[in-house]
Amino acid sequence: MAQNRNKYLTLFLATLQLSAFTFGGGFVIIPLMRKKFVEKLGWIDEQEMLDFTAIAQSSPGAIAVNASILVGYRVAGVPGALLTVCGTILPPLVIISVISLFYAAFRDNAIVSMAMAGMLAGVAAVICDVVYTMGKAVFKLHRVLPVVVMLASFAAVRFLNVNIILIILVCGVVGAVDSFLRGKKQGKEEKA
Amino acid sequence: MIYLELLWSFFQIGLFSIGGGYAAMPLIEHQVVELHPWLTMTQFADIMTIAEMTPGPIAINSATFVGIQVAGIPGALVATVGCVVPSCIIVMTLAYVYYRFKNLTMVQGVLSGLRPAVVATIASAGLSLLLMAFFGQKELPQDLSTVQVIPVVIFAAAFFVLRRFKVNPIWVMCGAGAAGILLFSVFPVAA
Repeated sequence: MAQNRNKYLTLFLATLQLSAFTFGGGFVIIPLMRKKFVEKLGWIDEQEMLDFTAIAQSSPGAIAVNASILVGYRVAGVPGALLTVCGTILPPLVIISVISLFYAAFRDNAIVSMAMAGMLAGVAAVICDVVYTMGKAVFKLHRVLPVVVMLASFAAVRFLNVNIILIILVCGVVGAVDSFLRGKKQGKEEKA
Repeated sequence: MIYLELLWSFFQIGLFSIGGGYAAMPLIEHQVVELHPWLTMTQFADIMTIAEMTPGPIAINSATFVGIQVAGIPGALVATVGCVVPSCIIVMTLAYVYYRFKNLTMVQGVLSGLRPAVVATIASAGLSLLLMAFFGQKELPQDLSTVQVIPVVIFAAAFFVLRRFKVNPIWVMCGAGAAGILLFSVFPVAA
């Protein structure tokens, strides 16, 4: 019972803290969540976190909100999901409410913009760190297809401006066909 | 009934913005500037700037801002709730389906195809932020000498600390913010 309450509290405080530091769009919360829930707390495994990312990206709404719903649901069911949603929307709600009272002054404040410029570089470093770790894991599979999918997706997103949902759909089909063909070739004990 | 209007407008924004904050921008503009006389275009541009400078999803930030301007704190709450309700319903349903069928070989095949793509999309978003930090724009500029030195230094230090010591990213970001104030004050740039 006490342990349960502790879990809810940790869940709520963790999402609250993550949301308060998610500068620069929804993608940023994914690496932060991964650090917290996969590496630190061990509540979610690496594969699940990637699946969550795919689901969060292809569902409507803010990625940060979607990802925290998935984490909350995984850890503590529907109550957990509601808790993490509250944790995620509370910081922006409070911060924007305060700022909207004197937003012109905030926008033109030199100290604020210096700190923001520094933090942007910090966020970029956090994401690079995570991409390095995750990208290495893809290469470690020692298969050509995942690496090709990764590089092709990057090119599609980056240079061709292809819609992310389309990429996710196509890669899902590629994955399904690949596992079907491999299953056929290597008998039924194959597991992707 | 202003609360219902706010709720409905932001419900639609939540429902139809797929693929993150930048996808939500045009929808928000349509709802709060064109369809309803809630914000002027200047106010809309301001809230987008603030949304980028402050933590949290752009849709949530603008819901709160518009709600407050239109109907005070209760307005902010109603707009924000409207914005997240579609996510709650749809994502929880998907989560249920995911855990129900996760172990099917077919589903595993689909998911294993997705994972490298997800890494790629994060890498692309990360690159945009990196260029934003270094050059103040999302694309690599023609003239590479426009690079800002201070963010490059902060980035390199932050990346080193993260790889080498596995520090909590939140402390890295606080440190980066403090370093920003310090370095930009000592070496002012014309910006």
